[in-house]
Amino acid sequence: MIEFQNVTLGYSGTDLLTDVSLTLAPGSFHFLTGPSGAGKTSLIKLCYGELAASAGKVEVFGQNLGGLARDDIALMRRRIGIVHQDCQFLDHLSVAENVALPLAATGQDQDADSLSELLAWVGLTGQAQSRPPSLSGGERQRAALARAVITSPDIILADEPTGNVDWDMSLRLLKLLTELNRMGKTILIATHDLTLIRAAKAQTAVRVLRIQGKQLNLAGADL
Amino acid sequence: MKETLNRALALMTGNPQADRVVPPSGYTATLTSLTAATMAFLAVFALALSLATGRLADRWTDALAMTATVRISAPVDQMDVQTRRVIHVLETTPGVAFARALTSDETRALLEPWIGPDLPVDSLPIPQLIEVTEGEDGFDAEGLKLRLAAEAPGATLDDHLRWRQPLVAAAERIRALGLVSLVLIAGTMAAMITLATQASLAANGQVIRVLRLVGARDAFVARAFVRRFTLRALLGALIGTALGMIAVALMPRAAAEGGFLTGLGLAGMQWFWPLLIPPLAAFVAFWATRAAAFRTLRTVR
Repeated sequence: MIEFQNVTLGYSGTDLLTDVSLTLAPGSFHFLTGPSGAGKTSLIKLCYGELAASAGKVEVFGQNLGGLARDDIALMRRRIGIVHQDCQFLDHLSVAENVALPLAATGQDQDADSLSELLAWVGLTGQAQSRPPSLSGGERQRAALARAVITSPDIILADEPTGNVDWDMSLRLLKLLTELNRMGKTILIATHDLTLIRAAKAQTAVRVLRIQGKQLNLAGADL
Repeated sequence: MKETLNRALALMTGNPQADRVVPPSGYTATLTSLTAATMAFLAVFALALSLATGRLADRWTDALAMTATVRISAPVDQMDVQTRRVIHVLETTPGVAFARALTSDETRALLEPWIGPDLPVDSLPIPQLIEVTEGEDGFDAEGLKLRLAAEAPGATLDDHLRWRQPLVAAAERIRALGLVSLVLIAGTMAAMITLATQASLAANGQVIRVLRLVGARDAFVARAFVRRFTLRALLGALIGTALGMIAVALMPRAAAEGGFLTGLGLAGMQWFWPLLIPPLAAFVAFWATRAAAFRTLRTVR
């Protein structure tokens, strides 16, 4: 699904990631951890082409992102659900319209029943017609997750999805992501929350990747 | 051609989903309508000026090209003799189709706009004017001047060329300036709409980032902006053109006394020309917005 081959990412002449190699198999569940500023968000952005590698090769669905045209990157992203910590929405649209945005933006028909089911799954039925600014942090995260999965993507990338929510909501979001993984989705979650990782390990088989010293390593059993 | 028409049709009918993603209001959209309306209003006047001066140049050319005037300045007791001689000379000159002396009433009518209606023509030493109409081949003006000098020393031939040429040249220049104004107006409108689009795209940076994140192609994002700004420009231009046409229609009609100013405005089929302004404005807006949108989108991965 996602493969990094000796990838280096630099900003303004300074390398943030060096010689990173990584393979995410279909249906796998990975956590990406490391100290703040280590490059977790950058690695996630490399996965969907928002950042381009300075050296090495990033392949997603067998395609080298370095050689993709803008439209091809857009097509590739339709198979990836992305959840950011800051959860950007279109504030003039309702929550339901925001959740259905990937369908609208890609010319796909919306099924009202499916949308209702999805909103119910993330517990936002009552907020369907609300505007995003009126949502709490947890509601925004759940809305972002619903938007990320509405097209039934093969990969879900989540960058600190529990960063702004309390522990109960973190567990609820984790449960949703675990359910998606059981449905065969490939999951990569960037987080610095080790407790969340331990909770996930208790529910399903996960692997943990750690960025340290610009390098990516498989974390040991200490987590 | 068919593809272009289909695109234009798709632009007009729109995609409700694409239209919804751009926030519905904003000063930039209003600015675009206002700019288009103002520019269309000015374009109607530039067009009217250009067409009217063209018409004027044609009229002056037609009216003066086939005529000449002989002016006789002579003592009152010799005026009749010299007039008969001049008429005789003219009638025997090859290329002159017709010559006749203007009556005192006609002379009074000519001078009335400048001197007033109660001119005592008979008691004033006013030159006798003879109207000369050229034949198809025209006459030899230099040869005629020499004959007149010999047979009627007080007669002077004025073939109108001396003042006809500068007048026609001036009218042609005004027409050209009108056309240049139209081009400048279109360019200014394109620049203003480009700035408005760029401001709108900058203000909607989050919209663009989110759309790219969920897999929207550049064409989808651009279409939403292009359609909005094109329709805004079309609406503004329609209003501006309508107001411009009304203003031109309400311009005071100069009577015969108006002389050179008679006929500034639009006439007959020329009223259809301003109707081209709104679609042209929409065309300019379409390309200006499209270029600005794709340029901005390229900065977002």
